[in-house]
Amino acid sequence: MIARAAVALGAGAAVTAPWWVANPYHLHVLIMAAIFTILALSLNLLLGYTGQLSLGHAAFFGIGAYTSALLSLPPLEWSFWIALPAAAAASGIAGWAIGRLALKLRGAYFVLVTISFAGVISLVSINWMALTNGPLGLPGVPPPALGPWALRTKSAYWYLVLAAAALAYLVCKRLVGSRIGRALVALRENEPLAESVGIDGTRYLVMAAVVSAAMAGVGGSLYAHYTRFVSPEVFLFSYTVTMVIMVIAGGQGTLAGPVVGALLFTVLPEALREAVAWQWQMLAYGVVLVLCVFFLPRGIVPGVLAVRSHAASRAGHPRPTPGSRSSLR
Amino acid sequence: MEQLLQHLVNGLVLGGTYALLGIGLTLIFGLMSVVNFAHGEFYTLGAYAAFATLALAGLPFFVALVVAIAAGALLGAICERALLRPLRGHSIDTIMLVMIGVWIAMQNAELLAWGGVARSIPHPFPTAPLTLGPLNIAPLRLFVVVTAAALIALAWLGIQKTRLGTAMRATFQDRDTAALMGVPIGRIHTITFAFGSALAAAAGALLGPVFLAYPSMGDLASLKAFSVVILGGLGNLAGATLGGLLLGVAEELGAGYVSSGYRDAVGFVAIILVLLFRPAGLFARAERIG
Repeated sequence: MIARAAVALGAGAAVTAPWWVANPYHLHVLIMAAIFTILALSLNLLLGYTGQLSLGHAAFFGIGAYTSALLSLPPLEWSFWIALPAAAAASGIAGWAIGRLALKLRGAYFVLVTISFAGVISLVSINWMALTNGPLGLPGVPPPALGPWALRTKSAYWYLVLAAAALAYLVCKRLVGSRIGRALVALRENEPLAESVGIDGTRYLVMAAVVSAAMAGVGGSLYAHYTRFVSPEVFLFSYTVTMVIMVIAGGQGTLAGPVVGALLFTVLPEALREAVAWQWQMLAYGVVLVLCVFFLPRGIVPGVLAVRSHAASRAGHPRPTPGSRSSLR
Repeated sequence: MEQLLQHLVNGLVLGGTYALLGIGLTLIFGLMSVVNFAHGEFYTLGAYAAFATLALAGLPFFVALVVAIAAGALLGAICERALLRPLRGHSIDTIMLVMIGVWIAMQNAELLAWGGVARSIPHPFPTAPLTLGPLNIAPLRLFVVVTAAALIALAWLGIQKTRLGTAMRATFQDRDTAALMGVPIGRIHTITFAFGSALAAAAGALLGPVFLAYPSMGDLASLKAFSVVILGGLGNLAGATLGGLLLGVAEELGAGYVSSGYRDAVGFVAIILVLLFRPAGLFARAERIG
């Protein structure tokens, strides 16, 4: 009951945000929170439901941002509404390639391949001057146009990212509730057993990687058309770190967790920005990650739910994270 | 031809320190099953320790190296006792998350402590290169590669010949049996992590004066250490040594003949290709230590 009321209240507040958020900077923070919600949901599909940690997720975000920017800039000047799905497709293809190649490997090996992939892509974005303009980046990415209107204002863009985040949430919800989601969870919990009842592990994991990457690409495209500028900074490792913290702290393997995590970790740092320097913030992210593993291994959302169902004592105990098969030895 | 020889020599100099980094990482992985994403941060720690001793305190280079090694060992031991010991027996993924947290925290602590500006570390060696026939080598680089080789030899002897090294190898082969034979597993773990971290710090103190010291230098060092370890096979000490030299030479050749902008891509590509085609490492026979 309370949860449902909270969700309704949150949705109402989100839809009416441009009226009650007077400060444009605050609206900017909300827009970033919505974009990060998409990214956190996307990472959660892999980390939370397949147990595989992608430490190269910024690569999919960046590929989406660059694809969308390059398509909508001269000489092509395609519409945003074509560039956005193209960005999703480009990132999805990258996700497919990485999934195909890397999901034969699990655990730490998968992490290393994704980091390396992001490293190579980042180097390409810096060195391929003819395409990406190197470290100078691509300025002047046009804002999306809806019929005769350009979505230049923050409030208009807010509705765009809000719709995209809601769509991403629904996609995750449908996916997780479907056969595919159940297959992923089965693979996460016990892969040999899942395969013995006929679940094709590689196929489902690659599928999750493609959807996850495409979703991150959508986030990248929305980011590019919002800031109107793309540079190799989109591949910064701190983006990946932020997504990981959002998912782990929020609650991996839950639908609400990444949303709560994304809101918390975009709004909180901005609120604290006056008091605390950015370096302290990143330092705190590291500490939060360690503390979460020790004290809140399942994340905030499952932790709160456990407290509410009077199982508070259970929440404190470390539990092996999903996908705990020791795949290295 | 002369150019090729020069690239090979430069590659071996670089590779010596990569081997040092890789040996530390491969020991920690092989013995403790810890995927140590914070390894590069101990490298950074070593570089800054060298900066503090050489530039701020004005002490000789050998002192700087000793300070770096001591700092790496101490912080490594603290890290193991405070974070890894309570999690022993947890899944490898859980521990990996903790080490990612340590990595982020350490790197930003270094950023806060030293600022984001890259520091050049002064060194006492003359800058004019030594000329050996067609080859040129800076005295500093010669010192780096010789010291790295000496440290690798010491690590090797320590593991092969001492009682402690025997206990480490026993733990690597079979933790439970070693424990039954009276090997204090907890202490062996602490020592191993401190030892590996000290080697990384030594590599940082050695390479710091060759390049620059800056807070995020550990990221690339970590990835290079991982590529070395993967090239050599996880837990394979000789493999890590060879893998380090191989990576150094490959990078130098890649930078010389392909494109200097893609120098750091060599390690990334090596990780991807080796994991895909020879996941047990290039020199794999069986996973063993020493």
